[in-house]
Amino acid sequence: MGIVVKKKSAFKGLLLPENKITAKKPIEILPVPEKVTIPLQQNIGAPCEFIVNRGDTVRAGQKIADSTSYVSAPIHASISGKVSKTIKVVNPVTSNIMDAVIIESDGEDRWVELKKLFDIQKSDDFSGLKKIVDSTGKKEILKKIREAGIVGLGGATFPTHVKLNPPPDKKIDTLILNGCECEPFITSDHRIMLEYGRQVLAGLYIIARTITPENIYIAIEDNKEDAIRYLEELIIKMGFSSIFKLVSLKSRYPMGAEKTLIRTITGRSVPVGGLPMDVGAIVNNVATSKSVYEAVIEGRPLVDRVVTVTGAIENPKNLLARLGTTIGYLTGECGEVGSGANYIIIGGPMMGISIVDTDFPVTKGTNCILVKEGRVQIEQNCINCGRCVDICPMKLIPLAYVRNVKRGNFEVCREYYIENCIECGSCAYVCPANIPIVGYIKTCKSTIAKNNG
Amino acid sequence: MEKDNILISHAPHIWRGFSTSKIMYIVVAALLFPTAAGIYFFGYYAIYIILASVITAVLTEFVIKKLRKKKFIMDGSAVITGLLFALILPPRMPLWMVVLGAFFSIAVAKEAFGGLGYNIFNPALAGRAFLSVCFPREMTTWVLPPHFNYDAWTGATPLSGSFVPQADKLSLYKDLFFGNIGGSLGETSAMLILIGAAVLFIFRIIDWKIPAFYIGTVALGSLLMGKDVLFQVLAGGLMIGAFFMATDYVTSPVTGNGRIIFGVGVGVLTVLIRNFSNMPEGVCFSILIMNAFTPLIDKYIKVKPFGFQKKKKNA
Repeated sequence: MGIVVKKKSAFKGLLLPENKITAKKPIEILPVPEKVTIPLQQNIGAPCEFIVNRGDTVRAGQKIADSTSYVSAPIHASISGKVSKTIKVVNPVTSNIMDAVIIESDGEDRWVELKKLFDIQKSDDFSGLKKIVDSTGKKEILKKIREAGIVGLGGATFPTHVKLNPPPDKKIDTLILNGCECEPFITSDHRIMLEYGRQVLAGLYIIARTITPENIYIAIEDNKEDAIRYLEELIIKMGFSSIFKLVSLKSRYPMGAEKTLIRTITGRSVPVGGLPMDVGAIVNNVATSKSVYEAVIEGRPLVDRVVTVTGAIENPKNLLARLGTTIGYLTGECGEVGSGANYIIIGGPMMGISIVDTDFPVTKGTNCILVKEGRVQIEQNCINCGRCVDICPMKLIPLAYVRNVKRGNFEVCREYYIENCIECGSCAYVCPANIPIVGYIKTCKSTIAKNNG
Repeated sequence: MEKDNILISHAPHIWRGFSTSKIMYIVVAALLFPTAAGIYFFGYYAIYIILASVITAVLTEFVIKKLRKKKFIMDGSAVITGLLFALILPPRMPLWMVVLGAFFSIAVAKEAFGGLGYNIFNPALAGRAFLSVCFPREMTTWVLPPHFNYDAWTGATPLSGSFVPQADKLSLYKDLFFGNIGGSLGETSAMLILIGAAVLFIFRIIDWKIPAFYIGTVALGSLLMGKDVLFQVLAGGLMIGAFFMATDYVTSPVTGNGRIIFGVGVGVLTVLIRNFSNMPEGVCFSILIMNAFTPLIDKYIKVKPFGFQKKKKNA
């Protein structure tokens, strides 16, 4: 008798070519680079301010920037060395200019002192771990999560301690651990589940302690059969089988998006303009869960993360990289770039952002670096075929946005619930006329935001 | 990788690659079935009509694009218009009229509105309507298919008042189904139109809603009018209209409910025209009239978005 529940998708969804070429490649630890570039805004919410000065020596794991704002997360030095200078970098997502600090390595990788409460890799008796978690108060856990600078590592980078502390009028009864990884190419979460399964499950137990949900689900797409089997085994071994439910989901894009995932698992729809907590659910990514474990039990702040480097590159890999390592350094570790490759994408092929500057660093939200051969995109006229309407998981009418943005009618797009768009890219993927629909939608959203102050 | 070569684009960075021109050429392939029926039943003259129409349509589009200094894309849409236009003409239409009509279809009904994607009316049907007004005699001169004998003779289409049906109903249905009957070039053989439609369904080119609700409405309406339902469905241009004309993306609604309204609307109009006007057939004008309503339907029939809640309470 397995403990795995199978579920079909609650939306139409796309069957994408997976291209998970690094799925079988174990995570390699990337050597500590000579210098790291650490931007001061790596999460949704307020940017941080320096709390160190130029010329200071820092240790790995030392807090170097923080903010007093509620929706924020501190930033830590990812290597030991000297704070050499501050520079300006362009945030490729928002195009805003932000401050960044450069730390030059002393080559010794000295760490701040870490207090390990439990050794999960060596011990097979997990009752001690549970005891530690159960005796730690909710406030203390949230404080440790914040101090470790943990944000949603699936790419959204929302500060985790804020997410786990919903307003008291929102009763949370469902916690979902998101191991879907529905985007093609990316395998970082997949490898984390296989290689850090214990930490992931223990992290989930810690997260559950903060919000005391009735149902805890671990959601994995059925194209990661090995991860499902491994976690199933581990759940039994760790004694979680009475509280965790493992769900094997049909591989459909965008299964890993919060709204579609909650709908598929609980049948509830997050209201237009609402948040998962409005339907009593909280979703956390597996990489976040691992970091929560490391923060709470090992006192280790978020200074590295697993990044899949893949695509048209000689030797694609899953790398455990220090935050702040430049993208060029990561791709350099993976050999020659293919001759026709002219796109560098942070994130996956569906939602990732293409960048020019290979000196841009790995930040908290970087789960993948995709090197790709470019395609010639010639936008043709919309023929009203309705494929975008048919595929949209949010049941929107994407072509209406294109039509109205072209005419400059940005406000009309709100009548079509543009705020409900999750920018998954399904519409543009199926569009026969090759219209960059998501580009129009992003333009429209930012224009509306600007017009409304 | 050299920095100068790095490009930027919007997500998503992959594309299914099922392009407009692929869709168009699948439709052309599907249309070859009724085309074959037209040639088989109405002889070699049908080939002249088809070639004249297709060549005129493509050339017109090419010249107009050049005049407007726009890029000409051989996306196949002009081929479809030309082919469809030929298939809904009487089998002995004078060629110069065919050329004129095909020119009108592309130049006036399509390009004058801004080209593919911007036209309000189905270009092929608009061309046919134009010729119906200009040349009413030629547009109602029909021939009966002579089986394998290519010397066709004039006769009436099944829907016209002068049509004398066979005494045996079964052989009438058989003729209607296989196409051995008077009518426009490509509209007579229900069987080959259905095979073509099957191609469209297999490649997921068209949605079932418009043809189903269109044919269903005509069937129901004919029943209410006390007509022979099967005859009404198989005769005339209903089959080719329902599967190949009313489903034209550009001129039909995008949402599921919008398509149902469209299908029912065309059906009601067809029944009305067939029964109450002085024209024997109403498919062409019914679809054209509903084409005009498409922008309105798309404006008011929206999909309920994910997580839609009835009016929020005003806080």
